[in-house]
Amino acid sequence: MPATLYDKLWDEHLVQTDDNNESLIYIDRHYLHEVTSPQAFEGLRHKQLKPWRLDANVATPDHNVPTDRGDSFNAASIEDEVAKIQVVELDKNCNNFGIHQFDIASNKQGIVHVMGPELGYTLPGMTIVCGDSHTSTHGAFGCLAMGIGTSEVEHVLATQCLKITKLKNMLINFNGHPRRGVTSKDIVLHLIKLIGTAGGTGHAIEFSGSYISSASMESRMTICNMAIEAGAKVGLAGVDKTTLDYVKKHSNLSDSMFSMASEYWKTLKSDPDVNFDQTINIDVSKIKPQVTWGTSPEMTIDFDADIPSQEDINEANHENLLLAKSYMGLDESKTLQDLSFDRIFIGSCTNSRIEDLRDAASALRGKKISKNITEAIVVPGSGMVKAQAEEEGLDKIFLDAGFLWRDPGCSMCLGMNPDQLKPYERCASTSNRNFEGRQGNLGRTHLMSPLMAALTAVNGKITDPS
Amino acid sequence: MTNSVITGIVATFDRDNIDTDQIIPTEYLKSIKKFGFGDFLFDGWRYLDEGRLDMTSEDRSKNYDFILNRKPFTNAEILLARDNFGCGSSREHAVWALRDFGFKAVIASSFGDIFYNNCFKNSVLPIKLSKEKINHLFEVSSSSPANFQIDLIAKDLKFDDNSSYSFDVKDSLLDRIINNLDDVDITLKHKSDIEIFEQKRRNQRPWLFDYSN
Repeated sequence: MPATLYDKLWDEHLVQTDDNNESLIYIDRHYLHEVTSPQAFEGLRHKQLKPWRLDANVATPDHNVPTDRGDSFNAASIEDEVAKIQVVELDKNCNNFGIHQFDIASNKQGIVHVMGPELGYTLPGMTIVCGDSHTSTHGAFGCLAMGIGTSEVEHVLATQCLKITKLKNMLINFNGHPRRGVTSKDIVLHLIKLIGTAGGTGHAIEFSGSYISSASMESRMTICNMAIEAGAKVGLAGVDKTTLDYVKKHSNLSDSMFSMASEYWKTLKSDPDVNFDQTINIDVSKIKPQVTWGTSPEMTIDFDADIPSQEDINEANHENLLLAKSYMGLDESKTLQDLSFDRIFIGSCTNSRIEDLRDAASALRGKKISKNITEAIVVPGSGMVKAQAEEEGLDKIFLDAGFLWRDPGCSMCLGMNPDQLKPYERCASTSNRNFEGRQGNLGRTHLMSPLMAALTAVNGKITDPS
Repeated sequence: MTNSVITGIVATFDRDNIDTDQIIPTEYLKSIKKFGFGDFLFDGWRYLDEGRLDMTSEDRSKNYDFILNRKPFTNAEILLARDNFGCGSSREHAVWALRDFGFKAVIASSFGDIFYNNCFKNSVLPIKLSKEKINHLFEVSSSSPANFQIDLIAKDLKFDDNSSYSFDVKDSLLDRIINNLDDVDITLKHKSDIEIFEQKRRNQRPWLFDYSN
């Protein structure tokens, strides 16, 4: 019987299914970070258990770490005492249980979803979990990857399995060539606008079509990363030459092991005649650059379109749009181009990879940020991205334009470290969530691509990237 | 049978897409404990000032327009919302905050997948009902504070003396709440099955076990 990629990965990892249709799925890779793991380790200690398989686990602190660390920084250097406890706790837990960690002083530390693939810890066909909803990122490698809660982090540590029920299959075909100035971020924001933030609930979304085939691994990761913003905890793409080339470059596997694995990895795609529960076809050549106007990622519009008017809002059932408009301070504004921005954030597990930084830098060469912008920061996703960007001289371009060049971490995507918006500040952000208060109490977030964010930095306003 | 009936005051949240960042803002995720999040539930809507982990509800300037600051909803045990409740971040702290405040059930037309799973690990019952039924429950609860009674065994939600809706939840998940079961204990009963599976995998896909840190 023909099977989808998700079906194949499910069957490959299925230990057993019980009478209630709940299954134990074997987990190949477990990423850990400082925020959602302490209570899980505490649970293990309480039950007097040890991790089932140590080498399946990899840890790094990313969520709350300061990004202006510079040299010779360690956990003790963190000024926020509460954040420090969490980073120190991760050190202790990793040391006590014997889990490999790239600690805050490591030059490989980074956002776990950026660092993992770069260091070859993400391999095609794996099941991958992490106490972070953006774990869907790793689906770009033909993996079954999903975010889990802390109780499940404990469960995976203790049993190497996840107890879950099977999702439905959704196929999104992205076909065609994107216009100039349109990136993977615009394409995934467009999808979320189309199907809504609950559109993929209960589904694993497979991304396919000629656009995906021609896209880099970085672009595929950006798209799978935001599957969760479309409601799907699993996003994935089939394995092809692009996948294998990336893995060849980044993994430490011996040639013989790699070629043995490749034979299996090449089978990791949906069968041609398989049925999906839902299929959506999107012509990416029609997509314009996308920017969010509201407080949910589905509140997205073309960069030059009108913000929903009072009339549009009256037609809707709930007050959601009105609340969003009011929170975002848009009462007087007809279009996004009417808005002046205060802050720029280029970073996050969605858009902090080398391709993203190159894109942003391309719009900044020889330019200065607008004097209206009070702070513009670039936070590379990992130590490797940072080193690569510096080798290419991108850091100079950012610095010359007036950006701050920071150390890796989640930073202002969720404002858990000192990188936060002040109340009412308006930010052009390459992150993934524009929720109320996400980047700082009463802060106003507009999600967009790295290219758009860089242009917004230069002009102080949303402008046409083409 | 410990938790088979939930009876309580209903607090209504007439919004779609209430994300876990609203349920508990990031600031409070710095705690390394599993309890003590009740004072920070819906922090951004509930208070006028900015909070910290070492503050309590007493220390804060409250927004008295917000439902959970008004009596009798300060003692609410059932939360009624619209679509896609608990979307966004996987933080289980969102469920811990609802639980610590005193909520025992959340009723909505749909839930974020990760939030829905997290609920059952912490004795908070998520109930999915159709949008029509949710509309009706909002009508029932809008004029005066409502009390609902939820029977977990009968899977039945009674919203006034004569009316009730049945709801659908997987029995095994309900079991976790009713009998306070722990998934790790349940799974470890299948330890040898997992070991056999793992050994087979080790032989078949050796590259997964070959990676040297």
